[in-house]
Amino acid sequence: MNKNMKILIVDDFSTMRRIIKNLLRDLGFTNTQEADDGTTALPMLQSGNFDFLITDWNMPGMQGIDLLKAVRADDRLKGIPVLMVTAESKREQIVEAAQAGVNGYVVKPFTAGTLEEKINKIFERVAA
Amino acid sequence: MANSPELATDKLQLAKSLVDFLEAGNDQDAVSVIAELAGFRDSVLFQEVGRLTRELHDSINGFVMDAKFADIAQNEMPNAAERLRYVIATTEQAANTTLGAVEESLPLADSLRSDARHLADQWAKFKSRQLTVEDFRDLSAELSEFLTVTQANTEALHERLSDVLLAQGYQDLTGQVIRKVIDLVNDVEGKLVELVRLSGHRSKPATEPTGKEKDISAQGPAVPGVDKGDVVHGQDDVDDLLSSLGF
Repeated sequence: MNKNMKILIVDDFSTMRRIIKNLLRDLGFTNTQEADDGTTALPMLQSGNFDFLITDWNMPGMQGIDLLKAVRADDRLKGIPVLMVTAESKREQIVEAAQAGVNGYVVKPFTAGTLEEKINKIFERVAA
Repeated sequence: MANSPELATDKLQLAKSLVDFLEAGNDQDAVSVIAELAGFRDSVLFQEVGRLTRELHDSINGFVMDAKFADIAQNEMPNAAERLRYVIATTEQAANTTLGAVEESLPLADSLRSDARHLADQWAKFKSRQLTVEDFRDLSAELSEFLTVTQANTEALHERLSDVLLAQGYQDLTGQVIRKVIDLVNDVEGKLVELVRLSGHRSKPATEPTGKEKDISAQGPAVPGVDKGDVVHGQDDVDDLLSSLGF
């Protein structure tokens, strides 16, 4: 896995963005940027050559599920792996995210181990 | 209503017959005509009072029957209390995790500091040639011990600091829940303003469509005692569900 890959972290709570950013740094990923909802994230993705997207679901403006759908509908972005890190825990929602093409789903509150495991799994699959 | 042409003709007719009766000295019939005339006024008054009563009744009923209002009273208010209890429990847990990590970290940092100070003293003596061969052998053993302990302690410190980092997730989780309670407070405020308007001068209750939230719309964290729906419990449930979908 390329530790230099460019990662976009999308969450409306800056505390959660910092937590994820720090956990990623702990795992060796230092090339991260942040956005506070889908509306700001989408143009960043379109112009930023990101390799990986980590997004929350419940955000004002554009929600994470809509960001995921927009990414999958965009020819240049549709291949980007997306990990959802969210407090949304209804089965319908998880099914919806899976159908929309999410690569991994982590429910908050989560552990550093869970985040690492899901990221590893996603990139093992991408490499295979 | 009070001035309908028919009513006016009727009244005129009665007035004329009243004059006729009075001129003929027929007091008995005259009194009954006067009573009939007064009855007109009463029935108009009663009708008006009746109309006002019905309107007020309908307005109040409409207000009470407003589904959103009933929902606030029956579900949202008790849920808001549960949500706030969740906020207390979550912040308490985060505070305890953080305090625990700090309490465990401080002695680790202290022991590193005092060991380093002791070694620094010994090292200074060594450099100024104040140590015997025997002392130097001890210092060497202490140094290698210190390096091992330092590795273990800093690793433990790193782990505690990571715990503190993750514990801050409470701000996001409780923030989402508190936002929902704020929405409710705003809703209740709106309804109270409506109630005040209603009791001041009758107004039509706003009948907003109140359908339930769409199934996949964002809910925020599942609050025990509030979200009893089809909710997963923890990451293992999520993983099971996703693997059942071929993940």
